[in-house]
Amino acid sequence: MADTGLLESLLRLVEKVDGGIDSQDVAVSLGVDHQAIVGAVKSLQALGEVISAEQKSSKHWELTGEGCEIAEQGSHEARVFNAIPAEGLPQNQLMKMQSGKVGFSKAMSNKWIRLDKAHEGGPRVFKTVETIEDTVRDKLQLVQKGQSAKLEEKEKNELKKRKLLAEVTVKSYWITKGSSFSTTITKQETELTPEMIASGSWKEKKFKPYNFEAMGVAPDCGHLHPLMKVRTQFRQIFLEMGFTEMPTNNFIESSFWNFDSLFQPQQHPARDQHDTFFISDPALAHEFPQEYLERVKKVHSEGGYGSQGYKYDWKIEEAQKNLLRTHTTAVSARMLYKLAQQEKFTPVKYFSIDRVFRNETLDATHLAEFHQIEGVVADYGLTLGNLMGILHQFFTKLGITKLRFKPAYNPYTEPSMEVFSYHEGLKKWVEVGNSGVFRPEMLLPMGLPEGVSVIAWGLSLERPTMIKYGINNIRELVGHKVNLQMVYDSPICRLDS
Amino acid sequence: MPTVSVKRDLLFEALGQTYTDEEFDELCFEFGLELDEITSEKDIISREQGDEKAEGASDVVLYKIDVPANRYDLLCLEGLVRGLQVFKERMDAPRYKCVSPANGGEPQRLVITEETASVRPHAVAAVLRNITFTQERYDSFIELQEKLHQNVCRKRTLVAIGTHDLDTISGPFTYTAKAPADIRFKPLNQSKEYNATEIMSLYKTDSHLRHYLHIIENEPLYPIIYDSNGVVLSMPPIINGNHSKISLNTKNVFIECTATDLTKAKITLDMIVTMFSEYCEEPFTVEAAEVVYPDGRLCVYPELAYRTETLSGDFVNKKVGIDESAESIAQLLTRMCLRSEVSGEGDHIQVEIPPTRSDVIHACDIMEDAAIAYGFNNIVRSTPRTYTVANQLPLNKLTELLRQDLAAAGFTEALTFALCSQEDIADRLGKNIAEIRAVHISNPKTAEFQVARTSLLPGLLKTVAANRKMPLPLKLFEISDVVLKDETKDVGARNNRRLCAVYYNKSPGFEVIHGLLDRVMQLLDVKPGRNQGYHIQAAEDSTFFPGRCAEIFTRGKSIGHLGVLHPDVISRFELTMPCSAIDIDIEPFL
Repeated sequence: MADTGLLESLLRLVEKVDGGIDSQDVAVSLGVDHQAIVGAVKSLQALGEVISAEQKSSKHWELTGEGCEIAEQGSHEARVFNAIPAEGLPQNQLMKMQSGKVGFSKAMSNKWIRLDKAHEGGPRVFKTVETIEDTVRDKLQLVQKGQSAKLEEKEKNELKKRKLLAEVTVKSYWITKGSSFSTTITKQETELTPEMIASGSWKEKKFKPYNFEAMGVAPDCGHLHPLMKVRTQFRQIFLEMGFTEMPTNNFIESSFWNFDSLFQPQQHPARDQHDTFFISDPALAHEFPQEYLERVKKVHSEGGYGSQGYKYDWKIEEAQKNLLRTHTTAVSARMLYKLAQQEKFTPVKYFSIDRVFRNETLDATHLAEFHQIEGVVADYGLTLGNLMGILHQFFTKLGITKLRFKPAYNPYTEPSMEVFSYHEGLKKWVEVGNSGVFRPEMLLPMGLPEGVSVIAWGLSLERPTMIKYGINNIRELVGHKVNLQMVYDSPICRLDS
Repeated sequence: MPTVSVKRDLLFEALGQTYTDEEFDELCFEFGLELDEITSEKDIISREQGDEKAEGASDVVLYKIDVPANRYDLLCLEGLVRGLQVFKERMDAPRYKCVSPANGGEPQRLVITEETASVRPHAVAAVLRNITFTQERYDSFIELQEKLHQNVCRKRTLVAIGTHDLDTISGPFTYTAKAPADIRFKPLNQSKEYNATEIMSLYKTDSHLRHYLHIIENEPLYPIIYDSNGVVLSMPPIINGNHSKISLNTKNVFIECTATDLTKAKITLDMIVTMFSEYCEEPFTVEAAEVVYPDGRLCVYPELAYRTETLSGDFVNKKVGIDESAESIAQLLTRMCLRSEVSGEGDHIQVEIPPTRSDVIHACDIMEDAAIAYGFNNIVRSTPRTYTVANQLPLNKLTELLRQDLAAAGFTEALTFALCSQEDIADRLGKNIAEIRAVHISNPKTAEFQVARTSLLPGLLKTVAANRKMPLPLKLFEISDVVLKDETKDVGARNNRRLCAVYYNKSPGFEVIHGLLDRVMQLLDVKPGRNQGYHIQAAEDSTFFPGRCAEIFTRGKSIGHLGVLHPDVISRFELTMPCSAIDIDIEPFL
């Protein structure tokens, strides 16, 4: 708290004026530093509505160090002029003066002095006029007295260029009387203490009002990552819908499970080096369910199960190649194969949310790894209408009710549908996922009964999260370049609101 | 997904109707296409090369249409129009016919020699007789070959197409393979002759052709096709000869496709002739050509095979979830270029698969077409009655519960990449890559994707480094998978779920990280103690500062380490403050 004397002097000044006073003027009239007045204003503000103070900033001109010196001792050119006696002064001697160099050229251009180069004993400088008027000094003195308004803009800029003047910004307060203005100061209590409660002294005390405009103190806590918060919600939705989680904790997969088992031909572009990360160590998978592998080979190369097949030379070497899985559907394939090995088929609903990898070109929305959300239902007699119905329920839980479906192509589903939802903000239909019915060429070699249909859909976790949290660059969300402040500040995730 | 670019006005003219952009977009959506972009040549050039270059370019409106990757019959204007007109029941699907040469003439013959066996053993051929090209048709003909090359031909590795002005050459043609030095001809649009080696180096810098050189570059013999006078037709899969180049005035086109995959070669040939026989004097009629194999076998191409499948209306209704009569399903299929009729036997439908629909390989493909023609969005959405009980994966359940409590303990969750550089998991942690059971990636585009991580620590330290501006202390954690080589698994590797946390501040804060371990163990209901509980014991680990590292044991089994990081590790991650860390395997707590 600033000293009470100063506070009361300030208050008395404010009392006298109508309409308020500038803190700079207060400083001048009380003869104290402006900073002390600023301190006093803050102290008074803390006492409640004694005064009201509005911050404002003003610009004014001030002399630089050199400017002060000139205001006191005269301009360099005047000092040079004054140093020259009637008989003149050798130039080299003049140049040794502190103001010599600048003063000489200025005085020359003012035509106050002349240089006789041919003078015997070296060049010599002579006065050319009797008296001079040191306007630079006069102008600076005006500024010093706070009368800079008397100078023209051009003159001020000229002096600024010579580094004699500087324009400075001063933050000051416009002080007016507050609603509970008084010229005397009553000390207010800040907080209730145990002693006051014990003694009852709180009854006589006046408490400082709280500033309800200020923010509270941030609690000391940890934070969950936004993408993981969204993952938790998607997990919750699947669990609410009765889906069982698949074990997707195997990033390394064989081409067999990632592609061949899904009836994706060996020349398919997705199996290119350009699209998929292959593994050099351990390069090959070494164990496959042999009978099933033979059936997969046959359906690719010759067909069967009502299919023409792809009619090409299927190679085990291609199927053995290890890779970083390109989709979690590789796990769905393993799970469906496992299901087919059961004594008796039982309907299942599976889901997973986990990482997948693509050796693709990276940009603001694509990384080499992302999370795939996948749902799978296997039962007798499922229809395309069922797939749409279940997608409708799923997306309703995400707060998306307007859906439509576009025919699409996917090597392992037939029919395949892209899922579009109407985006109210963009006023257009946007793709929100992919779906389809697994092909018989995938299911029947596994040993699933003929009448069983398997419907499935997938979407990425990153895209809805970026939309939810308003993030444009995926690197700000996923990976080490994340902005932790964003993590700290991100709200809880409710997908349906 | 391939994108086909067509002139809007030409398309509307062929469709016999104009549409607004929205209407056409809607039609595409229904049919399974996507109107991806509306643009013009001028727009494209100005976007790619700047406004100046675009001056004077055509501003005719172009539609860029995304076509499903298996629909090769929609890769050109002719095919798109045919598909949409049949879909809208404005025309019947044409029947494609393969005929012998007129007036009892001899068919063109392509003889394959055995030298081709090692490099590109298959070839098919056909003739388009009395065709009329216009500039648009010609451009579309060239563009279709390019689209087929990029898609079904897998960038010319499986199939390469050559089209020739038949009137400039004379059969029989020989498809053989020769040493590059022994091949000499004037390549398409070149002014002089080169030998094959020179041709290959000539195209090293060609923005288009250089991508195909690798296909034969290292072969001792290059594939080559001659006519009976020794004129070179083409050196597949690189370039045609200039001599037989087709032009707007070409009347008769000889088409050859050489291949490493015969099925794909037949499909490719069928596509070209079905699309462009439309412009022949007798539309949709193709003249057969003979191909003689080294073993004397003679085959006639194009196959233009029609196949009949029989399926029941009930099958379609049950799979789609609709209730339509067999007749109406037959009508739906006919609109998809699958001419169908009810056979009279129950609700059986006879479906004829034309040569343009190589994508139809199973009844489910036919069922899908019925659903598309019915309209996906007209199908009633219904909930399956499948009753199941949900289960969480125990490992993920544990992870979810621990994450919540680690955040409650004041640590913030990071989410770092599963792929990283060798340096991240080895050198920077003070380890030797040779001693780490890491999975290595064979084709990383950058060092960031050399290995699957074997530790979560590098990711957390990089997260700290990227957030050095944040107020201290930084307390981060991650529970996620690392990947380790494991011989006992079918693929030779397995994931391992780990918990890692770091404390980064002006002082190392070992006690903070130690406290976190105690808290985690409390959450997992493991008491301190040597036998059934957990304890830590001094250990040496090159990642940690000597004397400031301990190994963590639960029930006598090592599960990880904690300690103060080695100053070298800290510097290698571009950090400046002391840091302590814990890294444990959580799978033993399942």
